[in-house]
Amino acid sequence: MILSRVILKLIISGSIIGILALVFFSGQKSTAYYPVPLLKSTCPPGFKLNANNECIAKNLYNQYAVTNKAGVGGLKSALPEIRDGFSPQEIDLGRYLFFDPALSADQTISCATCHDPTKGLGDGLATSRGKDGLRLKRAAPSLYNVGYLKKLFWDGRASTLEEQMLEPLFSMQEMGNTPENLLKTINDIENYRKLFTEAYPNRNKAAPIALEEITNAITAFQSSLISLNSKYDQYAHGYDEALNKNEIEGLNVFRSFVARCAECHTPPLFTNQQFAVIGTPETDGLPLDPGAEIPFKDKSLRGAFKVPSLRNIAQTPPYMHSGRFKTLRETVQFYTDGRGHAIPEGENLLIHWHIWEPNLTDYELDRLVDFLKTLTDESFKPKVPEALPSGLKIST
Amino acid sequence: MNKKSPFIKIITSILLIGVGIFIGKSFFGPKSVETVPIPSTMKYRNIGLSNDTTQVASSQEFTGNIIEVKNGSSIQKAVKEANPGDLIRVYPGTYSENVYIDKDNISLQGVVINGDWPTLDGKKEINDAFLYSGNGILIENFKIINYKGNGVMGQAGNNFIIRNNWIIDTGVYGIFPQYGKNGLIEHNVLSKIADAAIYVGMCDNVDVLHNEVFDNVAGIEIENSRHCLVENNYAHNNTGGLLAFVTPGLPIKTTFDVILRNNFVVNNNHENFGAPGSTVSGIPSGTGILIMAADDVIVENNIITGNNNTGITIVDLATGDPKANDPNSEGNPDRVVILDNIMFNNGNDPTGEIKTIMLTQLDSKGPDIFAYGGGTGSTIRDKNRYRTFGLDNYGIAQITDTKDIPTMMTPSPVPPRSVSKEELGELTYYGVCAGCHAFGTRLIGPPTDIIQAIHNDNPQGIVDYITNPKNLREDYPEMPPQNYLSEEAKMAVAKYILALKN
Repeated sequence: MILSRVILKLIISGSIIGILALVFFSGQKSTAYYPVPLLKSTCPPGFKLNANNECIAKNLYNQYAVTNKAGVGGLKSALPEIRDGFSPQEIDLGRYLFFDPALSADQTISCATCHDPTKGLGDGLATSRGKDGLRLKRAAPSLYNVGYLKKLFWDGRASTLEEQMLEPLFSMQEMGNTPENLLKTINDIENYRKLFTEAYPNRNKAAPIALEEITNAITAFQSSLISLNSKYDQYAHGYDEALNKNEIEGLNVFRSFVARCAECHTPPLFTNQQFAVIGTPETDGLPLDPGAEIPFKDKSLRGAFKVPSLRNIAQTPPYMHSGRFKTLRETVQFYTDGRGHAIPEGENLLIHWHIWEPNLTDYELDRLVDFLKTLTDESFKPKVPEALPSGLKIST
Repeated sequence: MNKKSPFIKIITSILLIGVGIFIGKSFFGPKSVETVPIPSTMKYRNIGLSNDTTQVASSQEFTGNIIEVKNGSSIQKAVKEANPGDLIRVYPGTYSENVYIDKDNISLQGVVINGDWPTLDGKKEINDAFLYSGNGILIENFKIINYKGNGVMGQAGNNFIIRNNWIIDTGVYGIFPQYGKNGLIEHNVLSKIADAAIYVGMCDNVDVLHNEVFDNVAGIEIENSRHCLVENNYAHNNTGGLLAFVTPGLPIKTTFDVILRNNFVVNNNHENFGAPGSTVSGIPSGTGILIMAADDVIVENNIITGNNNTGITIVDLATGDPKANDPNSEGNPDRVVILDNIMFNNGNDPTGEIKTIMLTQLDSKGPDIFAYGGGTGSTIRDKNRYRTFGLDNYGIAQITDTKDIPTMMTPSPVPPRSVSKEELGELTYYGVCAGCHAFGTRLIGPPTDIIQAIHNDNPQGIVDYITNPKNLREDYPEMPPQNYLSEEAKMAVAKYILALKN
C-alpha cells in the first residue's frame, strides 16, 4: 500500500513537474521577445472544441428538448440559441481586448471597467462612470450569459454584440474613442498585429486590423461568459437537496401567479427577453427615463426596459436601470407596493399587466430574496490577463 | 332439553353481536375504498389508423408505487417521497398547502368517498394549490378552493392531464398550463375565478373538453397557443365565455389552429371583476366568444345564446387591446371560419363601443356576430341565419365540418429529448467540470489527464471521489462535492473523462 502510494505520488509529481516544465519552457521561448503568451488553443469552460476549431456551448440544459425558440419554460427547459462557434483564439484575443484600456481615447477605460469580473461583470454603481468620471444615465448590466440575448442595452436598441459595443467605444461620454483612433492605436501595437494574425489565420497579413475583427473577437469573448451552475440549477436538474426550505418557498413565491416574477423572469435564463413598463422610480431629482420609447419611436414603450436576467443578481447591486434600489429586499418590495405607485405626476405609462398588487407578506419577500441568492454562480469567471498586449496596466 | 345450554346461548349471542356489527358497519361505517380505479392515462391512436375509429393503439401505462395520503398528512410530503411513475392517492380531508411537483411522471388522484372530496383550501393565504414543472403530470378528483393565485399551474411540462377537479375561487386562474405541449383538460368544474377559469397559455396541442365554467371573468381562454380543441364545454354567466387570442409582449407570439366546437356558450353576462390592468378587464360583459388576433379559428356547432353584448366578437389587437404594442405580434385575426352554430337571443343589452357602433346602424341590439378591424381570408358557412356586423368581406366557408379532427393532442407522447450516456457525460464535463479541470493544463483542480492516470479504468473511483472528495494534495484546493449530479450523470462523466483524448 505504502509503496504504491509512493509510486503514485512520484507519478503525479513527475507529471506535474513535466507539465510545469513544458509550460515554463514554452513560455520562456516567447518571453524573450514577446510579453504576452500565445493565444489559448482550448475553449473556455462550458464549451467543447470541435474538429473545425470552433467552441460549441455544452451544458446540462442541452439535455432538454427544445419546445420553443424563445428558450422559456420551467425548470427543465432548453435555453435559447447561443452565439457560439468562435475559435479559442478569437475568444482569447477578445479577452485581451476586453481588459485593455487601450480601447478608450485616454487609455484609462476598458470594457472591464464597467463589466468587472470581481463585481459579477457589472460595476457595482447605480449608474456607470464614463470618460473623466462622467456619471452616465444607466446601470451597467452583468454580462453573464449575454451570448443568449437577442436584445442588448436596457432599451433593446442593439440586436448584436458587435453593434452594441460600438456605442460605448465611440460615445464621447463613455470610452470616448473614434473608429480611426481605435484602429490606429491597435494597429500600432505590434503584439496585437501578431495576435490578430494568430486569431485570424486566413487574414491578409499586410492588411491593417479592421474594426470588424476587433468587434468579432470581443463578441467571441463576451459570448463565452456562462453562468449556469448555481444552486438553483442543481435543483432544476433534479437534486432536491440543493435548495433549503426557505429557498424552495422563495422559488414557489417567485413562480406563483401571485408574485408573477417568473412570468417575465422566465427560467432558464430568468428573462423572457421582452420589454416591460414597470414604472420604477428614478434616483432623486432625475427626470423619467423614457427607455425603449426613444429607439423604437413608440409612445406605448415609454418607460419600457428589457427584462434583465436575474442570474448572479445577488452579485450586482444596485438594481434597476438607474440603480435606484440598493438591495434585493428593496427591489422585491417595489413589486408589492402597488401598480404604478412610483410614476411621476403627469406621466401616463402603460404599466405591464403583470404589475399588480400581489400583497406579498414580509415573510414572502424575505423568501424571494433567499431564492434570488441561489441564482449565483461564478464558477466560470473569466481570468484577468496577467499582461496586456498594449503594455498598459489592467484597469477594472 | 328445552333448556338451552349456556354454551349455545353464548355462541348465539356472539353470533348476534357479530351480525349486528356487520349490519351496523355496512350501514353506518366508512365505505370500503379498496376498489378505487387506477387513473386512466393518455391514450394514443395509431398513426395511420383512419380518423373515424376510436380504437386505441397505445395507452401510456401506469407504473410505480401507490402512496396514500390521509387527512392530517401532507400531499407535498408524498410528492417528495414519490419517484417517477408513482401514484399519490389523496383521501378526503382538508389540505391547506402549496403542492409543487418538480419531477416527471407523477400522478395525483383524489379519492372521493361518499361525496367527501379531498379538498385543498388556500384560506386566501396560500398562493397556488398545485404548481408543476415536470412532464407527464396527472391531477384529478380534487376540490380546490380559496387560493390567491391558481388552482393548478404548470410551467413547462408536456403530456399533462388535469381532470375531474372542482375549483372555486382560486384567485387569478383556475387551471393554467403554461409552456406545455400535449395536454388534456377535461371534466373540471370551475367558478368565481377573477381572470380565466381555464387558461391555456403559450402551449401547443391541448384539448379542453367537457368542462363547466361559470361566474368567472373569462371561461376558457386559449392565448398565444397553437393546435387547441375546445369542445363540449358549458360556459355560462362569465363575463366572456370562450376566448381565443394573442396577447402582445409575450415571448411566444402566435395563436392559430383552434377549434371551438359543440360548446354551450350561454348567458355570459357576469359583471367584469378582473384586476385593473389585466387583459380580461377590458372584456365587455355579455361576450359569448371572443376571437382577438388569433388565426385559423374554427367555430362550429356551438349553442351560443343569451349573451347580452354579442354572440361572437372578432377583433384585431388595435381594436381589442390598443394599449399594448408589440411589432412581433401580428394583430389581425385571419382565416376565421364560422360553421353552423345555434345563435339566438344575443345582444339584448350591448355596452360600450359595440353599443355605439350598433346605434349608428339604428340598431339598439348587439349582433350575433360582430367583426371589427383588420384580418383577411375569413369565411362563414351560412351568413344569412345570423344577425351580423362587419362580415361583408367574409366569403363562404370551404369546409362544412371538422369531423376529421377528433383531437389536437399529439399522436404519441411528446418524448423527452433522449441523451445518450456519452452525451450526458460530455455535457456534464464541459458544463460543470471544465470550470476547474482541463486536459493538459492546470486550472483550479488537477488536469484531466492526471485524473485519468489516477483512476485508470476505474470510473467508479471517480464517482466515489466526486461524491465525497477528500483533499489528497496540499497544492490543490479542496474539491466541493458534486453529489447534486445524478448517479447516472456521475458515472457518465467519469467514463467520459477516462475516455477523453485531449
